[in-house]
Amino acid sequence: MSFQNIQAQFEAEFENIQKNLNGKSGSDFNTIRKESFVKFKQLGIPTVKHEDWKYSNLKNLDNIQFSFNSESNFSKSDLNALPFSSLEGISICFINGVFSEQLSQFGNTPKIKVLTLESAIEQIPDVIENHYGKYIETEKEGLSALNNALSNSGSVIVIDENYVLESPIIIRYISDVKSENIALNIHNLIVLGKHSEAKIVEIFQTDGEKTAFSNLVTEIFVDKEAIAHYYKIQDENDHSYHVGTTQVNQEDKSYFYSATITLNGGFVRNNLNLVLNGQYIDNHMYGLYVPNGKQHVDNHTLVDHKMPNCESNELYKGVLMDSSNGVFNGKIFVREDAQKTNAYQNCRNVITSDRASMNSKPQLEIWADDVKCSHGTTTGKLNDDAIFYMQSRGIPKPEAIRLQLVAFAEDVVSQIKIEELREMLDTMIENKLK
Amino acid sequence: MLKISNLQARVESKEILRGINLEIKPGEIHAIMGPNGSGKSTLASVLAGREDYEVTGGTVEFNGKDLLDLAPEERAAEGIFLAFQYPVEIPGVTTINFLKTAINQIRKYHEKEPLDAAQFLKLMKEKAKSVKIDDQLLRRSLNEGFSGGEKKRNEIFQMAMLEPRLGILDETDSGLDIDALKIVADGVNQLRSADRSFIVVTHYQRLLDYIVPDFVHVLYKGRIVKSGTKDLALELEEKGYDWIKSEADALEASMV
Repeated sequence: MSFQNIQAQFEAEFENIQKNLNGKSGSDFNTIRKESFVKFKQLGIPTVKHEDWKYSNLKNLDNIQFSFNSESNFSKSDLNALPFSSLEGISICFINGVFSEQLSQFGNTPKIKVLTLESAIEQIPDVIENHYGKYIETEKEGLSALNNALSNSGSVIVIDENYVLESPIIIRYISDVKSENIALNIHNLIVLGKHSEAKIVEIFQTDGEKTAFSNLVTEIFVDKEAIAHYYKIQDENDHSYHVGTTQVNQEDKSYFYSATITLNGGFVRNNLNLVLNGQYIDNHMYGLYVPNGKQHVDNHTLVDHKMPNCESNELYKGVLMDSSNGVFNGKIFVREDAQKTNAYQNCRNVITSDRASMNSKPQLEIWADDVKCSHGTTTGKLNDDAIFYMQSRGIPKPEAIRLQLVAFAEDVVSQIKIEELREMLDTMIENKLK
Repeated sequence: MLKISNLQARVESKEILRGINLEIKPGEIHAIMGPNGSGKSTLASVLAGREDYEVTGGTVEFNGKDLLDLAPEERAAEGIFLAFQYPVEIPGVTTINFLKTAINQIRKYHEKEPLDAAQFLKLMKEKAKSVKIDDQLLRRSLNEGFSGGEKKRNEIFQMAMLEPRLGILDETDSGLDIDALKIVADGVNQLRSADRSFIVVTHYQRLLDYIVPDFVHVLYKGRIVKSGTKDLALELEEKGYDWIKSEADALEASMV
C-alpha cells in the first residue's frame, strides 16, 4: 500500500490534536473533525488511479518526514525580505500554519471582522455554524477531509452587509523551511454579506529549501449582490507541495472575480470550485502559470450552474519552460434548471521547450437546452514568423521571445484590480520569463 | 552599398535562387520584378536573414560587411529593413512598445544611450504625421485586426522610425487600393535620400509610377535575366512576362 508513511504521520498528528483539546473534545466542531478523519482514512491520499489526479502524482510525499505546526522564529525583517511584503492592506499572516499576531495587522470594526478560527468559534458561533465546512466537498476528496480533520488554524473574515472594503485583505502563508520539512493544514472562511464588496489576496511563500506540504481550504460565501475579488498568488520553492481548494458559493446577482497566479512551486494543485446557487450571477476566473525546471502546476476548476441566467467566463494561460508540467481540467455543469446560461472557458498554453508538457481537458456537462457554452484549449510553441519579424526590426531573439511571453501573460495579470500587486507581478513574471 | 555575387539559396531541397548578381549604390532605387515563383520574395527574405532559407553559395557584402554572417537583428542594426509582404500580427505587444524596444536595441548595438520616453514619443509623433498613420492605431497590438492597408502603412511607418540604409519592400503594393498605394509610395519617397537605397519587389508596374526606380531587374527561375531602366517596367506592363520567359528559357537551353 502506498502512502503508509505519510498516513501514519497524519494519524499521529490527529491523535496529538485530540489530546490537546482541553475539554473541548465533545464540541460539535470536534465531532466534525473526527468524522472527517474517518472519511480521510477511507479515501486516503489520491493516487494517479483517481481520475481527477491522473496527471498529478503525489507519490514522493511518502518519503518525507514532516513537522506539524512547527515553531519558527521567523521575524518581521524576514518577512520584509520576501516579495510582496510591501503590499498594503489588512494583513493576516500564518507561519508554518500557525497564526502570527506579531506579523499580522488588522483591527476589527463593526463592519468587518477578522478573526482566527479559534476566536471565531467563541465569538461568532452562528457564522461558524451556518458556513464553516458547509460548502467544501469532503465526500470524494481525501485531502479536503484531511484538512477538515487536522486544521486547527485559519482565518475567518466577515464583511458586513452593504459595506465596501476598499483596502485589500492580504492573507500570507509563509512556510519557514530553512531547517525542517513542515506540513500545515489551514481552513479559512470568508463571508461577504449582502451587497458588500472586498478584495482578498492569498499569498503563499516559502523561506528556505526544505519541503513544505500545504493542504488548504478556503471557503468563500458571496451573498446576494456582493462583489468578491479573489487573487491567489503562489511563489513557493521547488520542493514544496501545495494542495489548495477554494470553494465558492454564490447567491443571486453576486459577482466573483478571481485570478490564480502560480509563479513558482514544486508541486501545485489548485482546485477552484464555484457553485452558482442563484440567478443573475456573474463570475470571471483567470489563471496564469509559468513553471520552469521540474515544477508541476495543476489547475482544476469547476463551475456548477444550478439556476438560470448566470454567466461564467474562464481564461487560464500557461507558459511551460524546461521540463515543467502543466495540467488544466475545467469542468462546467449546466443543470436542467439553468436555462439562459452563458459559460465560456478557454485554456491557452505556450511551450518553450521540447521537454515541457501540458495536459488540458475541458469538460462540459449540459442538461439545459437554451444555453450558450464554449470551450477551447490550445497548446503550442511561439510563432516563428513573429520572432523573425521582431528580429528583422533589430530585436535579438531572446528579447523577442520574452516580449511575446510577457504580452501573453499580461492578459491575465491585467485583470488584477490592485495596481500595486499588478506591478509586482509584472516585474516578477518578466524576470522569470527571461 | 550592397553587392550580391552569385547568390544561391534553397528551401528544403528546392533551389530557388540560382546565382543572383546585383550591385546597389547609395541613393539608388532598384525594382525587382518577375513572374510568380521566380524568387523575388526569397531574395528579400534571404537578405533580411530568414532562417527557412539555406544559402548554398555566393556572397553578399553590405557596407563592407559580410551580410550573410550576421543574425537578422544585426542586419537590422546595420541598416537593413524589410517591409513584409504579410506583416505578422503580434497580440499584446503595441506598435509603440515594439518600436521602442527595437530602436533602443539598435542603439545598444551602436553603443548609444537609449531614447527616453519623451524623446521616443516626439520622434514617433513626427514620423506618424509624415506617413499619415493614426496615433490610435499605434497604441493597439501590433497589426492585430489591422486592415491590409493599415498593415502596409504600419510597415512604412516602422521604416521611417528605424531610418534604414537599405529598405527592401516585398510586394508592399499587393492588396492595396490606389489611395493606400499613393500614401505608401509617398511615405517611401519622403525617405529617399542620397545615402539611402531601396529594393522594391513587385509583380506589377503600377507602384513604380509612384516610386520611380533607377533600375529595373527581371528575376526568372532564380536569376536576373534582364536589367534596364524604368522603361523596362513599362514594357513588361504592356507585353507581360512571356517574351522574357521564352528568351531566358532559350538562352538556358543553348547553354546546356
